[in-house]
Amino acid sequence: MSGVRLLVGTKKGAFVMTSDGARKKWTIEGPHFAGWEIYHLKGSPADPNRIYASQSSGWFGQVMQRSNDGGKTWEAVGNQFVYDGPTGTHKWYDDSDHPWDFKRVWHLEPSLDDPDKVFAGVEDAALFVTSDGGQTWNEQAGLRTYPTASTWAPGAGGLGLHTIILDPTQKDRMYIAISAAGVFRSEDGGKTWTQRNLGLKSNHIPDPDAETGHCVHRIAMHPAKPNVLFMQKHWDVMRSDDCADNWHEISGNLPTDFGFVVDINANDPDTVYVIPITSDSHHFVPEGKLRVYRSKTGGDDWEALTKGLPQKDCYVNVLRDAMAVDSMDPSGVYFGTSGGQVYASPDGGDTWDAIVHDLPQVLSVEVQTL
Amino acid sequence: MNQQVHVVLPRNLQILAGVGRDVEVSVDGDVTQRSVLDALEADYPALLGTMRDAKSKQRRPMIRFFACEEDFTNEPIDAPLPAEVASGKEPLLIIGAIAGG
Repeated sequence: MSGVRLLVGTKKGAFVMTSDGARKKWTIEGPHFAGWEIYHLKGSPADPNRIYASQSSGWFGQVMQRSNDGGKTWEAVGNQFVYDGPTGTHKWYDDSDHPWDFKRVWHLEPSLDDPDKVFAGVEDAALFVTSDGGQTWNEQAGLRTYPTASTWAPGAGGLGLHTIILDPTQKDRMYIAISAAGVFRSEDGGKTWTQRNLGLKSNHIPDPDAETGHCVHRIAMHPAKPNVLFMQKHWDVMRSDDCADNWHEISGNLPTDFGFVVDINANDPDTVYVIPITSDSHHFVPEGKLRVYRSKTGGDDWEALTKGLPQKDCYVNVLRDAMAVDSMDPSGVYFGTSGGQVYASPDGGDTWDAIVHDLPQVLSVEVQTL
Repeated sequence: MNQQVHVVLPRNLQILAGVGRDVEVSVDGDVTQRSVLDALEADYPALLGTMRDAKSKQRRPMIRFFACEEDFTNEPIDAPLPAEVASGKEPLLIIGAIAGG
């Protein structure tokens, strides 16, 4: 492994940042797709030069982009996301029934072994898949037609399917998460699903431990421990040790357990990172201090990582797809903020430095270890 | 008979299509919103779905069509555009509704 490539999606374009193994000096290219919202970019594990990007705009809708050369050049591919069959309704903010309506692609998850196959999580929540490199997209309708789907309601950001996790040890096992429905698991590659929210408690819904309706912000899995999942919920950091069958809280000594991101050190499946955010009405870090919290014990016991991060007058947010870890040794950790900073730690979080300070609002950060 | 129609695209769509501000498309038959958009999408497939829904052909809500100092946005999509547009003398302006303060 000779270096890393960061794929950064922002409110006004995409940026590609590269560095050698030291991860100290960076080359920044972009903005690609200037003026467009780039919710997410992700490279294929099977072919790192194959990268997909979700490009969208309130004016011009959804566009999908593909690069075959590591982000140097791009071509628009298929952008038709048509729900398969009758769309039915989900709940709206006022509890009325609202027709399912495609708005944008939130998250892309390329297949682990086929560069032409990619899953896409969209708003209004549904799972699409392409098997031809993005030219055509087909819905896996088993999720949207799940028996509780008519009761799903959007979080403040919309009814988005934002997390897709593919289990590298069980070919057809995958997980998705929806705000605000919860976690779902499939054992057949996305055709059929079961909701997996036992143990979650959310005080903002009428029945706090209901089977559905939880605003899950992000889940993460380490490939060496695929039965263990970590979750940042709207409030609460959670963990499952049995493939999401049961969840328990691991917020421990965090200053607040509201937040968006959660990620795992590539070299240690028990080392977990979150970035606490003050509250759901204060979408900025507590006390004006930007602190990443790390647990080396798989939760409950957290330490603040602050070296190189602003510790006064800082009021940024970090969105759910805006943290990533590389698989160098030591593992690098990266995140982007609502203020347009992208921070990197080449030593697992011990020290941090800003790669760039003044991008548009960062929506997503992914890293490829090359 | 093919007619050469000038179309002015908003900046974001220029970048997406890889063209300049003013593009020329060849329209077969009546020059209408539908026929111009059909020609545009045929020449620049990257624009599919960005001005109207790819399947229903319904205009995206914040796209507007101006020509000859008139707003044709809410005219029927198969209604003829002005003769000046059909002749190539005046462009069809495709506008992203204004935003910001």
